[in-house]
Amino acid sequence: MRFVPFLPANVPENRPGVPLFLCLVPCGFPSPADGYVEDEIDLHRVLIPNPESTIVMEAAGDSMVEANLVAGDRLIVDCSLDPVPGRIVIAAVDGEFTVKRLIKRRGRYILKPENSAYPERDITGDENVEIRGVVTYIIHKA
Amino acid sequence: MSRHAKTQPALWGLLDCNNFYASCEKAFRPDLIGKPIVVLSNNDGCIVARSAEAKALGIKMGEPAFKAADILRRHRVEVFSSNYELYGDLSRRVMRNLDKLADIEQYSIDECFIRMGSAMAVQAEAAAKEFKRVIQKNVWIPVSVGVGSTRTLAKVANHLAKKSGQGVLVLRPGSAELEDALERTSVEDVWGIGRRFAKRLLRYGVTTARHLRDMDPDLALRVLTVVGQRTVLELRGEQCITLDDPGVVRKTLVSSRSFGSKISRKSDLAESLAMHASIAAEKLRREGLLASVIHVFCSTSLFGDEPGRSIGTRVSLPVPANDTLTLVSASRAALDSCFRPGPYIKAGVMVVELAEKCRRQLTLLEACAPPEGGQRQALMEAFDVINAKYGRDTIRTAAQGARGAPWHMKRSKKSPNYTTDWEELAKAG
Repeated sequence: MRFVPFLPANVPENRPGVPLFLCLVPCGFPSPADGYVEDEIDLHRVLIPNPESTIVMEAAGDSMVEANLVAGDRLIVDCSLDPVPGRIVIAAVDGEFTVKRLIKRRGRYILKPENSAYPERDITGDENVEIRGVVTYIIHKA
Repeated sequence: MSRHAKTQPALWGLLDCNNFYASCEKAFRPDLIGKPIVVLSNNDGCIVARSAEAKALGIKMGEPAFKAADILRRHRVEVFSSNYELYGDLSRRVMRNLDKLADIEQYSIDECFIRMGSAMAVQAEAAAKEFKRVIQKNVWIPVSVGVGSTRTLAKVANHLAKKSGQGVLVLRPGSAELEDALERTSVEDVWGIGRRFAKRLLRYGVTTARHLRDMDPDLALRVLTVVGQRTVLELRGEQCITLDDPGVVRKTLVSSRSFGSKISRKSDLAESLAMHASIAAEKLRREGLLASVIHVFCSTSLFGDEPGRSIGTRVSLPVPANDTLTLVSASRAALDSCFRPGPYIKAGVMVVELAEKCRRQLTLLEACAPPEGGQRQALMEAFDVINAKYGRDTIRTAAQGARGAPWHMKRSKKSPNYTTDWEELAKAG
């Protein structure tokens, strides 16, 4: 039986967390013998562990659609993280903010879109490019 | 961050943000890198911040915007209205990032002192560079860091670090760099001196920080008062300034602004003064102070063909106060007693004879005060909590008038609240 977290219909305003039942909950009823609230999920703490270095940005355009990142999505950007190849980053390029995946190929650093219609950009040693932060979560409204 | 008695640190650092408001605006506008920008005060009146490029064009701090209009247009200087929400948020980020790295004491919206223990002091240059690197990376704000054996010397170092463009400067006691730095710093730029004292010091041949350091402390006491004497001692490396000094508690508090358009009606003036009285009251409460006297003033055109004229008067409060209702009604009474037809372009309120709430002795009047005193305080606390949560002026006295009154601030070129408003986020394509 899969573990199902219990979601109350209304989370009281002052409690950011969502109570989690420790036990397995078969569809229907929690076991009276096991009912025990163990911990809470604080979404803010999970998604933004470094609030003093994190900003939220809004995605524009469709250059990253193949990474499930579309216009209107909110991006959680942690500027304290180091831009490591493989991660999606925010960069300031040609006077604009852009969101792309940073890759390293044959010793060159490249900003790679996730949409075949867009070109890559080699940024190795380019002083006009500033990597500003790493995208840690993409918030997409269902 | 405790202010209780602490042992003196081995070295002091002073970190401050370069052209803070301008840097905040540029942080979210990569298209403005390398470009001149200015930020205007409340009501788009005066220039309160300039980027380095704007400074280089000769644009002066505090200059009324309309006077600089020509140069702004000619060089396509981008102009911003003050965005206090943004600056406040970025300031918090700077301070919180630093707080994780060092023992800091915030001094203003964009400056803080750093207490360096002996371990950090040994590597002061590396530490200072690291602070600068971290703030630039995590908050996108450029800063300068100066280090010295006292706060005053840290400020000297900071000033030179900024001027040289290096961004970091450490002046160790007894070093040649320290002597050189004091020689190169004009006395007017020393913390706590300023233009008025600098003029006095000129008579004694004291023009550089080095001269000031070498000045006889008793002479310094006579020419500059005890605050100036402490500055001399600090320049010598003797730590004696603490931020809890009575010399640092404010003596006056002003709230004033120029209007969007000239005001003639007494009722409009009264509303404006009520607003300023309310702002002053809130600031007093925040600083734990009470005022005994409130001045109100209104002036006619400050620039232009006719000489300026003003009306104003002072009102003594029977009991020192910091509550909004008392100050607002005092401001109304003051205006009633001195009003003459205008039109006026500026009004404001100044409160003086300030005392710390906790240190005060009750006057006889208060000892006999009606019980409403406690209720009034509770009301004020509620005011402050609501206004802090929902924004200034959510709750205000009826005297302050509805929004959109003719004298309300123009903030036509305010940037989006990139970091505090879900609907105003910066975009990445």
